[in-house]
Amino acid sequence: MAEIREVKLPGVGVRYEFETEDGKLVEVLSHRSGRREIFVASGNDPDEFRRVLGLGQGDARTLAELLGASQVAERLAELQQQIEGLAIDWLPIRDDSPYAGRTISDTRIRTRTGVSVVAVVRGDEAEPAPGPETVILAGDFLVVVGTGRGIERVVEILHKG
Amino acid sequence: MADGRILVELGAVIVGLAVLSRLALLLGLPTIPLYLAAGLGFGEGGILPIVTAQEFIEVGAEIGLILLLFMLGLQYSAAELFSTLKSQAPTGAVDLALNFTPGLLAGLLLGWRIEPAVVLGGVTYLTSSGIASKLLSDLGRIGNRETPMVISVIVIEDLAMAVYLPVVGILLAGSGAPAAVIPALIAVAVVAGVLALAMRVEVGLSRFLFSHSDEALLLSILGLTLLIAGTAESFQFSAAVAALIAGIVLSGPAAEGAQALLAPLRDLFAAIFFAFVGLSLDPGEIPPVLGAAGALAAVGVITKIATGWFGARVVGVGVRGRARAGLMLVPRGEFSIAIAGFATAAGVDPEVEALAVSYIFLLAFAGPLLVRVGDPITEWLIARSDRRRTPPTGG
Repeated sequence: MAEIREVKLPGVGVRYEFETEDGKLVEVLSHRSGRREIFVASGNDPDEFRRVLGLGQGDARTLAELLGASQVAERLAELQQQIEGLAIDWLPIRDDSPYAGRTISDTRIRTRTGVSVVAVVRGDEAEPAPGPETVILAGDFLVVVGTGRGIERVVEILHKG
Repeated sequence: MADGRILVELGAVIVGLAVLSRLALLLGLPTIPLYLAAGLGFGEGGILPIVTAQEFIEVGAEIGLILLLFMLGLQYSAAELFSTLKSQAPTGAVDLALNFTPGLLAGLLLGWRIEPAVVLGGVTYLTSSGIASKLLSDLGRIGNRETPMVISVIVIEDLAMAVYLPVVGILLAGSGAPAAVIPALIAVAVVAGVLALAMRVEVGLSRFLFSHSDEALLLSILGLTLLIAGTAESFQFSAAVAALIAGIVLSGPAAEGAQALLAPLRDLFAAIFFAFVGLSLDPGEIPPVLGAAGALAAVGVITKIATGWFGARVVGVGVRGRARAGLMLVPRGEFSIAIAGFATAAGVDPEVEALAVSYIFLLAFAGPLLVRVGDPITEWLIARSDRRRTPPTGG
């Protein structure tokens, strides 16, 4: 596969560029709204790209399927079904939380709600699969997996104890 | 009120602006300089003095400035801003050095005190993000390789303004340069702190404010923005910057919804704001500063071309793209006016505003023109230098 160059356009989206086997430069501009635009480099200036096509969110999916992504899509759909009924959420630890500064086992989230804490996120760093002795601090985020109901209860526990 | 005079005056102003915006569309020019000119015509000493509606227009102008900056902030998230700043810092620094200095030096050369000179530096520094982004999409350049760098420069300028405006505000408050250092540092720390915090809370905030009812979303976002801006101002902090930061902090579906809903309001009040800046200026102030403004504008074209050339070269773009990037950065507009208007409100000498407005006027016109004629000129220059490099061989 060709090398894909990725550049962010702040406020617009992301710009991807690659060179085809024939040596043509192709660009896909992925707007934040989900719209896609396809550009091709003009003849004499490799930095100037002419717009060929604009695609709505659904169009982009159709085109991708026609280009051979349908198998990938099927697999993804399968995966999604497997986790139907399961919710993942990020929960902030507020300053006034009774568990700020205490360990995960102190909260007894698992026994009380059946929800698992799968990671503790602190600043830019994440601790995946934290043990029961892991200390949580105000300002951390807990990444939790469980039923929607269970997660709602965890939110209450974290705020009120 | 009863004789309908205020409505007539207001209607006349808006109809005037409407005619100008149609004219701008017809000629392919930005509307900002035309609105400024209209303000000059309506104002004191102009053709059609406005009396009754003055108060409404003043408030409208203030709302216009707040909406302009709030919606600018809405386009970006705090994380996006910081990552842009990190990746394009050298170009951002070159931009600041090349484009802030001319205004600052010109102010000092004209014998001004340091505060108005710093204001003029801000005016020459900021590219108009409104004009540039409109040109990028009108000319189909959004896909070009130099475009991410052009947008990054503008984004960094906006971030710089968030720090600059409160500092200038403190300078202009009259405490003098040395005494302003500590409050200025506090202002910078507040801005940085709020933005850093924004990266943590923006998702939840958006979820909290979002509503499927357009009406509810519009009212809550507009109301909150005005509240934040007003509160900031009552604490001697720039209302415009507070609005900018509020826009940055808000992201996700609430921000996208607000962008669509607030755009028409911004267009209306921003037009009033530009006209108001013209309105507050006596046309008689313009001729004496026109020479200086012209010279400064010529320098401003060159320094922005140099900035774009440098930035595009850093990201590996060729000669044509470098020229395009440089020219794209030339237009100055709404935010330079914001700075000038801010300075006037703080009671700076009218000469400062007259020079700033003439400068913006020139470059808001010249910028888009240069962008349009730039390509053929670049081709001609390239052809000429090629010919010189390969002298015709006899035989």
